[in-house]
Amino acid sequence: MTLPLIVFFACAIAAVVGAILLILAREPIHSALSLILVMVSLAILYLLLGAPFVAAIQILVYAGAIMVLFVFVIMLLNAGEEERTDWSKIAKWVGLPLGFLLLLEIAHWLFHSEPGTAIVNGATAPPPASTFDLSTALFRQYLFPFEATSILILIAILGALVLARKDE
Amino acid sequence: MSVIPVSYYLALSGVLFGLGVVAFVFKRNIITIFMAIELMLNAVNLAFVAFARAHNQLDGLVFVFFVIVVAAAEAAVGLAIVLALAHTRQSLNVDRVNLLKF
Repeated sequence: MTLPLIVFFACAIAAVVGAILLILAREPIHSALSLILVMVSLAILYLLLGAPFVAAIQILVYAGAIMVLFVFVIMLLNAGEEERTDWSKIAKWVGLPLGFLLLLEIAHWLFHSEPGTAIVNGATAPPPASTFDLSTALFRQYLFPFEATSILILIAILGALVLARKDE
Repeated sequence: MSVIPVSYYLALSGVLFGLGVVAFVFKRNIITIFMAIELMLNAVNLAFVAFARAHNQLDGLVFVFFVIVVAAAEAAVGLAIVLALAHTRQSLNVDRVNLLKF
């Protein structure tokens, strides 16, 4: 076991445990905190993959902005313990087995596949894509999609304002 | 020299996506269902970054950037819908939101 492998398994276990806690938690605020655990461990994995910019926006935008928004709405609506109802039979008898079937398929594929391309970590690794390269690609090759996302954000702000407005 | 196969990352990504699907169908609170969507988007992002590193291509990282932007917009609009819904229905349970017009 080398150090990158230990870091990978620690983060992978933390992420999976966080995802399972998200399902098991009855209070929405506990689900939100376990989702933050998943996002922070994924940010460490991005650092391991040589993508520091993606790791930074994962922390800033996901664990920062989006999850603060979630926690804010949970606090604002005073969302308590989840109601247990038996109204949606289809979710319980069809959705849940299908979800576990997907997990089983992934496990089956995992045990019957070749190891695939290796990602080399450490001093001997080829240099990863720098933030400079990423921004160059973003502002040259992907300039139009980048500008389109700003219009998307603008429309999202307007939509949120219209939806959250009080009826006069 | 230390090596982590790219399939390890893809397996973790797949497991997280599957858990997100399970959470999506299993949870009844509409805010937690939104969190399940964010979990699935995160799992896909991990696969994108792993492939970008394995093939030394930038496009995967650019896609992750766009996925995060769209996720932020989706969270803003979605949570505004949740707020409006909570005001009209006095409940966050999706089983109580089964009519388009009330």
